[in-house]
Amino acid sequence: MTAKIRYEDVEPGTELPAASFPVTRATLVQYAGASGDFNPIHWNEKFAKEVGLPDVIAHGMFTMAEAIRVVTDWAGDPGAVAEYGVRFTKPVVVPNDETGALIEVTAKVAAKLDDEARTVRVDLTATSAGQKVLGMSRAVVRLA
Amino acid sequence: MALDQSFVGRTYPPTAPYEVGREKIREFAVAVGDENPAYTDPEAAKALGHTDVIAPPTFVFAITFGAAGQVVQDPQLGLDYSRVVHGDQKFAYSRPVRAGDRLTVTSTIDAIKSLAGNDILDIRGEVHDEAGEHVVTAWTKLVSRAAEGA
Repeated sequence: MTAKIRYEDVEPGTELPAASFPVTRATLVQYAGASGDFNPIHWNEKFAKEVGLPDVIAHGMFTMAEAIRVVTDWAGDPGAVAEYGVRFTKPVVVPNDETGALIEVTAKVAAKLDDEARTVRVDLTATSAGQKVLGMSRAVVRLA
Repeated sequence: MALDQSFVGRTYPPTAPYEVGREKIREFAVAVGDENPAYTDPEAAKALGHTDVIAPPTFVFAITFGAAGQVVQDPQLGLDYSRVVHGDQKFAYSRPVRAGDRLTVTSTIDAIKSLAGNDILDIRGEVHDEAGEHVVTAWTKLVSRAAEGA
């Protein structure tokens, strides 16, 4: 494990570089193939509406995968992530146009957990169209 | 209908090994638009101390959720999967998943709750490699929404 951020160089409140991740219908089809999750609510508008959704929605696991990129890009080594958990609070609604939706992610160091293990807790927020799409979104990261 | 509480603590047999391929990791990384070279370039992964390319943190969900199918589709449990949504997801890693891993998953029902007519099911998947070493634990909370008018 070789994170590029040193434990000594962060404090509670240290902000990670924020990032935004676009998602279109094509993105969802590609993610369905890569992940093996072919639930039609992620690509079939008619089906999504029949089950009471406003439109096609992104896979929760897609949103979860995007959000942690803020942490892995910061840490350098994705293997530095020791724990990662989220609650799926609202769906990311993806309209059938070229723009699709945008997932906006911010993160900050919430606590230094263990001086020996050099672990910190990072709290993430993820929003789309002004709605919080992930709750209780936290990672434990092993720093250098 | 509330799920049978006697299923809490039930552990299902380990799955057949899933072999993690470099190209499957690449396909996943491309699908989430993540260009971190640790996912695609063995030399870059080695420079970080890994023996081969590693998988993005959430990659393993496809494997653990596949294994959770044993639980979800257990006719004795009787979960209505057409009404299921993903509530929470958490992972705790002993090490990252990497290419060449042959992973087995052992699924356990940690909790069953009924809340406002919704069935809530907590499934834990323990992932081990071929040597029997722990790689990652995945906790998945599934919520089966109450049928309208129920």
